[in-house]
Amino acid sequence: MPFFPSREMPTYLEEATRKGYSRRDFAKFCTMMGAFMGLEASGVAQVTKALETKKRLPVIWLHFQECTCCSESFIRSSHPMVADMLLDQISLDYSETLMAASGFQAEEAMKHTMEAHKGEYILCVEGSVPTAADGVYCMIGGKTSLQILEEAAENAKAIIAWGSCASNGCVQAAKPNPTSATPIHKLVKGKPVIKVPGCPPIGEVMAGVIVHVVTFDRLPELDNIGRPKAFYSKRVHDTCYRRPFYDAGLYVESFDDQNAKKGYCLYKVGCKGPSTYNACGVMRWNNGVSFPIQSGHGCFGCSEENYWDNGRLYERASAFPGFGIEADADKVGMAALGVTVGALAVHAVATNLRKKNLVSNLEKEGKQSEKDLE
Amino acid sequence: MDATVNTKKPHIKYLRRVFVWELPVRIYHWLNALAILVLIVTGLYIGNPLAVQSNREAAETFNMGYMRIIHFIAAYIFFFNFVFRIYWGFVGNKYANWRNFIPTTKKYWKEFMHVIKIDVLMMKDKGHHLEVGHNAVAGFTYFLTFIAFLIQCLTGFGLYSSMGTWWFPKMFGWVQVIFGGDIMMRQIHHWATWFFVLFSVVHVYLVFYHDYVEGRGEISSMGGGWKFIEQEYFDHHQEQKANAAGTDNTDNTQKETTV
Ligand code: HEM
Ligand code: HEM
Ligand code: SF4
Ligand code: SF4
Repeated sequence: MPFFPSREMPTYLEEATRKGYSRRDFAKFCTMMGAFMGLEASGVAQVTKALETKKRLPVIWLHFQECTCCSESFIRSSHPMVADMLLDQISLDYSETLMAASGFQAEEAMKHTMEAHKGEYILCVEGSVPTAADGVYCMIGGKTSLQILEEAAENAKAIIAWGSCASNGCVQAAKPNPTSATPIHKLVKGKPVIKVPGCPPIGEVMAGVIVHVVTFDRLPELDNIGRPKAFYSKRVHDTCYRRPFYDAGLYVESFDDQNAKKGYCLYKVGCKGPSTYNACGVMRWNNGVSFPIQSGHGCFGCSEENYWDNGRLYERASAFPGFGIEADADKVGMAALGVTVGALAVHAVATNLRKKNLVSNLEKEGKQSEKDLE
Repeated sequence: MDATVNTKKPHIKYLRRVFVWELPVRIYHWLNALAILVLIVTGLYIGNPLAVQSNREAAETFNMGYMRIIHFIAAYIFFFNFVFRIYWGFVGNKYANWRNFIPTTKKYWKEFMHVIKIDVLMMKDKGHHLEVGHNAVAGFTYFLTFIAFLIQCLTGFGLYSSMGTWWFPKMFGWVQVIFGGDIMMRQIHHWATWFFVLFSVVHVYLVFYHDYVEGRGEISSMGGGWKFIEQEYFDHHQEQKANAAGTDNTDNTQKETTV
């Protein structure tokens, strides 16, 4: 990774060749990325062409309130070339975690990239921005996260919010959110933000998003929440291999039962797959080895907004607000039903007491009519 | 109703047949009631499926699948039926009119308080109040119910938008944005279900209650469309009309009559 990237950047192919990858490796990589992005065969050719001819994109990768799991995921994305190529290819000019420089040099590198590649660099943000107490909770080089973000965003070509922290606040934004952790799209004005939620997002998805931007020179198609459709348009549930058990009504009742052994659906032990949009069911994790559900654990819903506050991990239902942690909607509902039926019973008794005249008049009247018919 | 008559020989009232619920309203009502009951049962099953101990292969059973299909079919019926009812609120008779549901006048509130006093607090009916269509409290409750319908349709179709292939449910994708995702949407959908359960219980009870204390054929009114109103009210209505000749005699039968 060149410290101060020259104005004349090499193309991706040049860089790969320099790194010792063969043409064949390169082609494989392009095909794989094309497949991840859901492109057809002609699209793969487009990817190849783009990576052959385009100058590599400078990238600024900011870290705010986060745990670095997104970076970890990224550098472990499955194909050996993904990490190697993309990391080197997309010159990470500034990334607190991955760059060699630190302190003054690092800040200089960022400044340099921002100036030398005005309007060309991709801004990747990992982590949320704390806005409480004037942003003192996360400051780097004397600047608040917000200042850094605003400066970097101003001339960015595209902004990518990595992970749930940057996309929706994740754990830092969970109640009571002491630092007022705020996702990126709420702070960057007038620029589209690609949200790539997940805690972390799948490495291949991250690579796919970047390759898309490189290949097509525009943002990938986003859904109405701002996530790339190619990876987030389906629920985990829709691509889950345990789905036939769900439809059949066969569920794991507890993690140690016979049904768990048989690999039944994890719905009743809290799987959030039915409300979680992510590509885990297709891409899986760790070189496509497995994903949580395949390992017998329900989906957390890690790529969904507010997933920390919105549900319990091992139960489907969440606490009904205001009724304590044990009370879910059905318990509160049953109690309300009990109270209602009780109240109606009281009402029925009261009716018979208070409206006695009324009812007995009706009765008398009816009986008289009955008599008159004799 | 006539509490002042308390002689030995009962006063025989003459009842007049009033056409209250038109056929479309009645069809709406029963489709709606059926759809809601089905939606509650299948919905609660979807939310918390039974533990089935079965040795059958997954390929041979489809319990949840059927529940969901029934839920979605009922949901479509429910939705379009609801849309139809809104339309009928503008073209139907005065008892079906939307004004019965939304308190727009002072009179509405007066009646509202009156119903609370008579039917909830069980006070003696001094004013001899008569409402042929929905009473004010019922009407307003249906208004709240319609809002619950709306919430349920929005969250339901919002959830469905990513599963359905038809363009119609796909139009509801924006609901997800409002709630920040499916998790919250599902929770609201589930919570709202309990409103329907409570509503159904109270509603059916009150229909029976009115039938019992008023003797005007409340229950059967949703069958044939008729209610049976005492001749006294018609006489009184005429009288009042004559008295008030010219003055504020606004819309409908929701008249306060004093015998
Ligand atoms: C009175 C009306 C309705 C009631 C009482 C009702 C009730 C429910 C309940 C209790 C659930 C389970 C929620 C959970 O805990 O996950 C549910 C799920 C669902 N409902 Fe409804 N619902 C109604 C109307 C609708 C409508 C109009 C639609 C529109 C299509 C709809 C679509 C859905 C969907 C898509 C699910 C999720 C099913 C799944 O993910 O497998 N519902 N409903
Ligand atoms: C034995 C069952 C039922 C009977 C005899 C019955 C009868 C009636 C009657 C007589 C009315 C008009 C009186 C009034 O304004 O209060 C009515 C209105 C209504 N009922 Fe029911 N009902 C039954 C079940 C249900 C159920 C299960 C639901 C749905 C949860 C329901 C929903 C409604 C609604 C929404 C209205 C307002 C109708 C309108 O749009 O004008 N009913 N019902
Ligand atoms: S395990 Fe989870 S994602 Fe898979 S089918 Fe069951 S509920 Fe859906
Ligand atoms: S299975 Fe669910 S919780 Fe696990 S990584 Fe995928 S989206 Fe996140």
